[in-house]
Amino acid sequence: MEWNFWAVMTDFDLLLLGLVNTLKVTALALLFGVPLGLCLAVLRLSGARLVSAAAAFIIEFFRTTPPLVQLFWFFFALPILIDVRMTPFIASIVTFSIQSSAFFAEIFRGGIQSIDQGQWEGGKAIGMTYAQSMRRIVLPQAVKRMIPAFMERSIELLKTTTLVSTVAYTDLMFQANDLAQKTFRPLEVYTVVALMYFALIFALSQLSIAVEHRLAKSGDSTVR
Amino acid sequence: MNAILRIENLHKRFGDLTVLAGIDAAVEAGETVVLLGSSGSGKSTLLRCINFMETPTEGRITLHGRLVGEERGGVMRYRESELCKLRTRIGMVFQHFNLFPHMTVLRNIMEGQVTVLKRGAAEAAAKAREQLARVGLSDKADEYPARLSGGQKQRVAIARALAMDPDMMLFDEVTSALDPELVGEVLKTMRRLTEEGMTMVVVTHELGFAYHVANRVLFLDQGVILEQGEPQQVLKEPATQRMREFLDGHSLFKLPD
Amino acid sequence: MEHTWDFAAILANWRVLWVGLQGTLIVFAATVTLGLGGGLLVGVCRYAKTPLLRLPSMAFVEVFRNTPVLVQIIWFYYAFPILTGIEVNPFLAAVLGISLNTMAFSAEIYRAGIQSIEPGQWEAGRALGMAYQQTLRRIILPVAIKRILPALTNRGIEVFKMSTLASVVAYVETLNQAKLIADLNFNPIESYTAVALIFFAVLYPAVQGTYILERMLRKSE
Repeated sequence: MEWNFWAVMTDFDLLLLGLVNTLKVTALALLFGVPLGLCLAVLRLSGARLVSAAAAFIIEFFRTTPPLVQLFWFFFALPILIDVRMTPFIASIVTFSIQSSAFFAEIFRGGIQSIDQGQWEGGKAIGMTYAQSMRRIVLPQAVKRMIPAFMERSIELLKTTTLVSTVAYTDLMFQANDLAQKTFRPLEVYTVVALMYFALIFALSQLSIAVEHRLAKSGDSTVR
Repeated sequence: MNAILRIENLHKRFGDLTVLAGIDAAVEAGETVVLLGSSGSGKSTLLRCINFMETPTEGRITLHGRLVGEERGGVMRYRESELCKLRTRIGMVFQHFNLFPHMTVLRNIMEGQVTVLKRGAAEAAAKAREQLARVGLSDKADEYPARLSGGQKQRVAIARALAMDPDMMLFDEVTSALDPELVGEVLKTMRRLTEEGMTMVVVTHELGFAYHVANRVLFLDQGVILEQGEPQQVLKEPATQRMREFLDGHSLFKLPD
Repeated sequence: MEHTWDFAAILANWRVLWVGLQGTLIVFAATVTLGLGGGLLVGVCRYAKTPLLRLPSMAFVEVFRNTPVLVQIIWFYYAFPILTGIEVNPFLAAVLGISLNTMAFSAEIYRAGIQSIEPGQWEAGRALGMAYQQTLRRIILPVAIKRILPALTNRGIEVFKMSTLASVVAYVETLNQAKLIADLNFNPIESYTAVALIFFAVLYPAVQGTYILERMLRKSE
C-alpha cells in the first residue's frame, strides 16, 4: 500500500464545493432552526396547557427520532403526502431546521427558566406586557447564558449535516463518496475529507471554548 | 374623602391557603400608609394585589374612582392591557431591587419610559437624570447595577419607578435585603418622597419609619386588618394582644418619650 | 392529492422490520458497551499524571469528538481495510465508528464528573492511607458516576439514534429494512413513519426515565 494524494489534489475543487455546500446547509438550518426553536420554547413555556403539551410533544419527537429517519421521511414520504417537488437540498434544509429547532428550543427554555423571577416582576411593575418583558428583559439575559450551549449545538448540527449525502445532496461527504469512486483512491480521499472536517470542527470547538472562558471570566453563569 | 385607592372586600387564596380574608381600606392622595404584620400575615400579598402583581381572588379595587376590571357573572375579569396601564401609574419597589443587570443605571430608568410609555429617547434620558439626581446618584448613570451597593441599587429602583410619573408608590420590604448601615440612605429617600407629597403604601419592618413618617399604619394579622390609625396611637397604645406581641418582638424599637 | 394511509404492507412485513430492529439492538448493545466502557478508560487516562497516557488520550478525544460519526464509519469501511489489509464488514465499520466516537464523548463526561469532586475527597482518601488508584476507585468514581448518570444516559440515547447510520454501509438495521419495504411496496410514507414511531416508542420512555433519574439524583445530593 502506498499513499498517493495526486488524485485528491487534482480534484480538490470538488471537495471545496462540497465544503461550501456543507456550510450552506448548516447556515440555513441555523437561520430557520433558531427562530423556530425560540417559538417552540415560548409555546412550551406558555401557560396554556394544550399549547404547551403540543410544543413539548413536537420537541420530544424530533429529539428522540434519528435525524436520518427524519431526512428520509421528508425526502421520500412528504412529497407524496403534500405533493411538493422535493429536492435533496430542500429536504435537507427542512429536516435540519426542524431537527435542530427542537434542540434549540430546549436551550432557549433552559436559558429563559434560569432567569430570576424578579426580572419578570421588574418588567411587570413598570407596566410591561409579557411579550415586552420577554423581549427586552429576559431574553437578552438568557441569550448570553445560552451562548456556549448554542455553539455546541451548532457544531453538532454541522456534523449531522453529513447525513444529507445519503439523499444525494452534494455536501462534502457526498463529494468524497463521488471522488473515491471516480479515483479508486478511497483511503486518500476519505482521509483528506476526515481531516477537512476535523480542521473545521476543531477550530469551531476551540472558538466555542474561548468564548465560554470569556463568559466565565466576566462572571456570567451559563446554562447547558 | 379624596381617596386615590379604595379596596373593598379583598380576598386572596393560593389553593387551599387563604392569605387575605376580606380587606377594606382606602388611601388618600399624599398619604403614606405603612402595612405592619408578622410574616405570613398577608401584608406583602395585599401590597402586590394593589398593582395586580397578584390577581385578587375576590373583591374590588378602585383607582381614582374607577373600578379596575369588569364584573361579569359575579366574577371580576381583568384585561392584561388594562393592568399594564394601571401598573404604569403605580410604581413598585421590591425587596431584591429587580434591576435589569444587562442595562446601565440610566438605561434601567429609561426602559419603562421608552418601551411602555413610548417617550422619545432624549426625553426619557433627561427624565432619568432628573430622577437620579432626586435620589442622589447622578454620578452613577453609566454604571451597571452589579457595581452598586445594595442601598444604591435600591435608590436606582426607586428612581426607575418615579420616572414613570406614578400617582402612587408601593414599597415591598425594600430595606430587608440591605446591610444595616445601608438602610438609612434608602429610608431617607423614602421620607423625602413623603414630604414631597407622594402617595405611598409601604410594607416594612422599620417601626421607626412607621412612627415618624407614616400618616397611618394598618396592622394585618391572618389576612385581616386588626388595627389601624395614626402611628403615634397604634404603636404606643396597641388595642389588641396580637399587636402588643408583635411590637414586643421588635425589641430594638424604642418609642421616643 | 389525497393520500390514503395504508399500513397493511408494513404489518405483512413485520418480520422484515423485526430483523432490522434486532440488528439495531445488536449494534446498540455493542457500541454502548464499548463506547461507555472504553470512554471510562480514556477519561481516566486523560486525567493521568504521566504525559505518556495523557497526551494520546487527549488527541484521541479531540480527533473523534471533532469529526462526524458518518465520516468515521465510512472511513473504517472504505479506507481502513486498504491501510491495514484487515477485512471490515458493515457491522464492524459501524461498531468501530460509533464506539470510538462514543468513547471520546463519554471520556469527557467522566472527566467532568471526576473534576466535579471536591479536592477534599482526594485528600481524605490520601489521609486514610489509600493509594491514588484506590481513592479513585473507592471514593471518587462512585460519587462521580452518580453525578454523571444523566449525561451518560443521554449519550446512550444518542448512540441508539446513531445506530441508523449503519444503514449507510448497508448493515441490516431498522432503517435499512424500512427502506427495503418502501422500495418493494412503494409505500415510503408508511415505512418511514413506522420507523420514526418505532424509535420514538423506544426512546421516549427512555428520555422520560432520564428526567425522573435526574430529579431523583438532584434530590439525593
